[in-house]
Amino acid sequence: MTLDALITACGWVPVLVPDPVADVSGAYVSDLLSDVMAHCPDGAVLITVQNHVNTVAVCTLVGAPAIVIVHSRDIPEEMRAAALREGVALLRTPDDQFHAALKIGTALGIEKEET
Amino acid sequence: MSAPGSQSSVVPDERPALGETGNDPLVLLELIQRLKVRDVMTSDLVTLPRAASMQQAQELMRQKKISGVPVEENGRFFGLVSIDDIIRALVAGTIHESCGRHMTTKLVVLEDDMPLSFALRYFDRYHYGRFPVLNRDRRLVGIICQRDINRALLVELTRELHRLESDSVQQGGDGGAGSLYLLREFPICKYDFENAGKAANQIKQVLQEKKFPPKVIRRIAVAAYELEINLCVHSDGGVLSWQVSNGRAEVIARDAGPGIEDVEWACRDGTSTANEWIRSLGFGAGMGLVNVRRVSDEFEITSKKSSGTTVKSVIYIEGMPS
Repeated sequence: MTLDALITACGWVPVLVPDPVADVSGAYVSDLLSDVMAHCPDGAVLITVQNHVNTVAVCTLVGAPAIVIVHSRDIPEEMRAAALREGVALLRTPDDQFHAALKIGTALGIEKEET
Repeated sequence: MSAPGSQSSVVPDERPALGETGNDPLVLLELIQRLKVRDVMTSDLVTLPRAASMQQAQELMRQKKISGVPVEENGRFFGLVSIDDIIRALVAGTIHESCGRHMTTKLVVLEDDMPLSFALRYFDRYHYGRFPVLNRDRRLVGIICQRDINRALLVELTRELHRLESDSVQQGGDGGAGSLYLLREFPICKYDFENAGKAANQIKQVLQEKKFPPKVIRRIAVAAYELEINLCVHSDGGVLSWQVSNGRAEVIARDAGPGIEDVEWACRDGTSTANEWIRSLGFGAGMGLVNVRRVSDEFEITSKKSSGTTVKSVIYIEGMPS
């Protein structure tokens, strides 16, 4: 699914979308950056409360095309600048992590996936 | 003002300064001798006259995000207002009085044509955040802080490494990882979260350009990132270096302190000495060294309390296009 299609499906605020047709294959929920480094799959959107530049650095390294900041937390200017530089999209939602992940799962049709 | 050692708060440091051990890389020793203080200092100065109030100095420091303001008039240097001076003025209720009255006047200064090695020794000896720089006519021409030195050394070292890397790649050819030779070093400063992760990202970009397999890139990026963050969070600053040669990538983090008391404990999943502030940023979960070990084919850590830590991660490179 493309990023812009996901944004429309989830109804989120696109703060910054450098590549609207970037491919999204899943989501990863974590506020621990080492955990993201260890386990976030390539192509997954990161759902987190961590609204700072280091989150962008981590997403660049793991190949996450977008960051979803939950609870409508502010996105500082340094984070926007870093995301623009690295080509990582920034989205903001009033949802919590669970509901944000649920929306992405629904949009990608993976709620029916067998575990 | 000019006599070194005239200030009373001198704290001796047991650790040798850069260039004093004889073990530092030759290129670094050449640089700190070749570069002059004037090549490194900030010469675009923000200053105040003696009549300015301490409150004006405080506001200027806040606006410009600086920790000291020189007091000068027409190039003549009178003293420096530091954060300590501001705090003292706030406590004493003299914040509305003049800088000329409350500035620090017993100062150690540097001259602009001194070699950088001299400035490094002064920082090591006196533990001040900055030194005013005067020219031969005793006029204020700049100010130098550790950040200026780090920046200048980083620029010069990067230039030198590019030259070395260019020579090495030309010698090694552009075949598989067996013949490829790459080497880079990144100085990492304590608590420099603004730049944390940039070294790992640069390493990843080079590996992508050289068409390394994505799984290998990911493993090297994880090792580099975690070691970079460890230097930033836990050390007093250090160097992250990486090299690729003979079918293996090595990522090495070296620092000069403070060292790890119990290395085995530090390598356990979930153990960390990070404080709450670090944790609130998403770091310090005690997963860093565990992640490095997980992605490494060879992993070594040596540490001694008060003398520093070296962590080495080796990743075998397989699947390079021929």
